[in-house]
Amino acid sequence: MAVLEKVRDRETVAQTAEAAGDSIAFAIVGSGGAGALTAGAILLEAAGKAGWYGLMTRSVGPQIRGGEAAALISLANRPVDCPAEEYDFLVAIDWRNVDRFAKEMPLAENALAIGDPAAGEVPAIIVNTGATLAQTELKELAGAIPGGRENMIAAGIAAGLAGLPIEIVMAVIASKLESKGQGAIDASRRCLEVGMQQARAYGKSYQLRAPSTNGNGRWLITGNEAVGLGAVRGGVRFAAAYPITPATEVLEWLSPSLRKIGGALLQAEDELASINMAIGASFGGRASITATSGPGLSLMVEALGLAIASEVPIVVVDVMRGGPSTGIPTKSEQSDLNIAVYGCHGDAPHIVVAPLSVRDCLFSAQWAVYLAEAMQTAAIILSDQSIGQARALIDSPIDNGFIAERKTVKSVSEEGYNRYAFTDDNISPMAVPGLPGGQYTADGLTHSIRGLPSTKGEDHQKQLDKRRDKVEKFDYGEHWAAIEHNVRDKSPPEFNLLTWGSLAGPAREAMRLLSNEGISVKLIAMRLIAPLRKQELLTELGETARTLIVEQTHSGQFHQYLRAKCDLPGEIRHFHRPGPQPIGPKEICDQIRDWKSS
Amino acid sequence: MNVQQQPAFKAGDYKSDITPIWCPGCGDFHVLLSATKALAELGTPPEKIAVISGIGCSSRIPAYTNCYGFHGVHGRSLALGAGLKVARPDLTVMVMSGDGDGFSIGGNHFLHACRRNIDMTYIVMDNRVYGMTKGQPSPTTEPDWDSALSPGGTGLSPFHPLVIALASGANFVARSFSGNIKATTQTIVEAVRHPGFSFVEILSPCVTFRPDESSWKTQTHSASVEATDDPARAARRIMTDDGFNVGILYRGKRKPYDIHVEDTFKDPAILGEEFAV
Ligand SMILES: Cc1ncc(C[n+]2csc(CCOP(=O)(O)OP(=O)(O)O)c2C)c(N)n1
Ligand code: SF4
Repeated sequence: MAVLEKVRDRETVAQTAEAAGDSIAFAIVGSGGAGALTAGAILLEAAGKAGWYGLMTRSVGPQIRGGEAAALISLANRPVDCPAEEYDFLVAIDWRNVDRFAKEMPLAENALAIGDPAAGEVPAIIVNTGATLAQTELKELAGAIPGGRENMIAAGIAAGLAGLPIEIVMAVIASKLESKGQGAIDASRRCLEVGMQQARAYGKSYQLRAPSTNGNGRWLITGNEAVGLGAVRGGVRFAAAYPITPATEVLEWLSPSLRKIGGALLQAEDELASINMAIGASFGGRASITATSGPGLSLMVEALGLAIASEVPIVVVDVMRGGPSTGIPTKSEQSDLNIAVYGCHGDAPHIVVAPLSVRDCLFSAQWAVYLAEAMQTAAIILSDQSIGQARALIDSPIDNGFIAERKTVKSVSEEGYNRYAFTDDNISPMAVPGLPGGQYTADGLTHSIRGLPSTKGEDHQKQLDKRRDKVEKFDYGEHWAAIEHNVRDKSPPEFNLLTWGSLAGPAREAMRLLSNEGISVKLIAMRLIAPLRKQELLTELGETARTLIVEQTHSGQFHQYLRAKCDLPGEIRHFHRPGPQPIGPKEICDQIRDWKSS
Repeated sequence: MNVQQQPAFKAGDYKSDITPIWCPGCGDFHVLLSATKALAELGTPPEKIAVISGIGCSSRIPAYTNCYGFHGVHGRSLALGAGLKVARPDLTVMVMSGDGDGFSIGGNHFLHACRRNIDMTYIVMDNRVYGMTKGQPSPTTEPDWDSALSPGGTGLSPFHPLVIALASGANFVARSFSGNIKATTQTIVEAVRHPGFSFVEILSPCVTFRPDESSWKTQTHSASVEATDDPARAARRIMTDDGFNVGILYRGKRKPYDIHVEDTFKDPAILGEEFAV
């Protein structure tokens, strides 16, 4: 039986269910291997089947097994762009190491924390939150069910509190346990039922309002998978891989997926090899990709310059983590902006695209492939751990239609072929090996139009001009940024909120919260980081006198980059800090409120 | 059955019109000649061949051929070649570079290229010196070779490329001397024909920084035994090698790496299905 305790001076637990809300957030925690992440994944999928949207982030420690693991889940009636800043309830399978990530799941007022008395005392860090504590013998209850598991009891409790229908949760479990047989499925059902019964006994409920849509067409996908899928939709048929947290899943998704459609992934011995393999494959005419994180990108920088100088298109995904050096592999940061933009030696214009959300990983990756191929240059996709490893329920994305289309030569005349010829659009048609008469040598040395090494000032100048112009003068359309307002009328908003990449999610949520307070905000979330669309940016910043720049770096890399490139109008404030704690909407709101009242 | 056809190509068809920047007498001229002769004998059209290199005097070679070429960055030629071959299995891929490129900065790629056994040919023009940067010791340089960078010599035992190739799983291992054009041509022909990863070390003197290597002409001697397909025998033989034994040491039977990009593709739309809830 559940035992309710009154903690500190908080009122006794309300016996009636709170009104159904628009969103809820909860966490399931346990040491690695306890199944917290599995339970979370099942509930998220069930929520999607039921018609809700949601997001699950995982918090894991450095240990491979036996470390802490938490599934942090937000469910809502609209797409969820960022992790919650407050959690309504927490189910702990055990409390081991919970203090390491308690900070990532601050409990809301009126929150409920459920733990197993057999797992020992509730840690002070939880007690001190003021949450209502409930004791449930997860282990004992699971033990009483043949084949029962604590994490499934926990799933039942969470499903009960959140109002997820058991039949839908069971449908997810049944499909996952198909191979394990009916016994395992039945045991899970028993566990769920027991967990749900427990949930009722707490006398609390965080029921979500019924979904406004059915789950038809809903997708469940991580940012890393979405990058992979976007890339393949864009035309990638070759990938080279060296594993690194938190980018590995991009590669692990690509490997079997490429094989299914006739492509291939080659495992490399290191990142020096993986990027060169991708360049070699692209030289052969196949759109190619590799994925890594900061340490790997550092190793790839020389070859990025090669791709740019030899004009062989290539896409490099950097799923950013805390840096420098090995940094914090499992946590997010935006601090690879400098290396992505400025990393290459020499003058090496290229593309840097930053996905704005889990869902946008698909669009951005597909677009990046298209851009790299169209301009025959390197494109870096700056994703990060916060979206790469987050799993989201999204509306099924339609193909954005960006398909790699490389300008190639189809036949060569008697006069011969100049690989690096000057053209109106600054893009030199490429001969793909196999084409008779098209033979040339791709070269990272400064070269003549024919591709022969040259130290002539004129060749150097003109090839540098060409590589700059093709990238600068390209038509990026409106995709360089997502622009949103929280007011309908056309008057200039009180504040611009200028950010980039994954911080678009928290910034959008901040904008929504501020609109409740009548503060008008325009969000400018930049997707195309390089080349900077200066004119478009200045136009969007417009007449607004106050612009808040938000980024997750210690030194303010984004702000410095913008300042170096353009005179930002009006008054500028800058909010930045490093990981590992994600920057949340409330922090952003506080910045704006402070500014407004100052 | 085996009617001998008139060769469709001549060595000149594989040579470009560009004058090499090499010093007169550089061994690499002979490697270029042997390679073009070998390609003519193989008869693959030049546009179906890619010559991939890194950086160094030797790595200048792609532009001197009439094949598709890639002059990459220092040490990564094998990675470029591997990616290309997996993406384009229809092409003949020849990676050609120097001992500094292949064994020093690119040493790790050498091990893994041997292990991986992709069907391609790796020719290292070994002059036991960094020629392009003007005379520093390379991994194959003798320990007592004096230079400005390592006065009195490095004191390090030289890297033994054939031993490493064999131990790492290369499927074809040979050594040749650039001055012996006939033998070098034949060795390259066999290396390209042999399935999997073929490694050929060509002793190719640097007349400028290693004038002493002019003695290689007389020092090199052909192996008195036939090539073997038994790695243990090849290993025993190579351990007693004085570094100047030339010929084919090993013809292995390992299955080449067989993952590659196809010619035609299925619609990637099918890949989205797994995400529908
Ligand atoms: C990353 C990097 N480091 C150093 C160099 C300078 N470098 C150019 S060629 C070379 C050595 C070449 O030696 P080898 O491969 O033996 O070729 P050789 O010139 O003797 O034919 C070096 C060190 C470079 N180009 N790139
Ligand atoms: S320096 Fe040596 S290796 Fe380089 S071209 Fe001259 S002779 Fe050949």
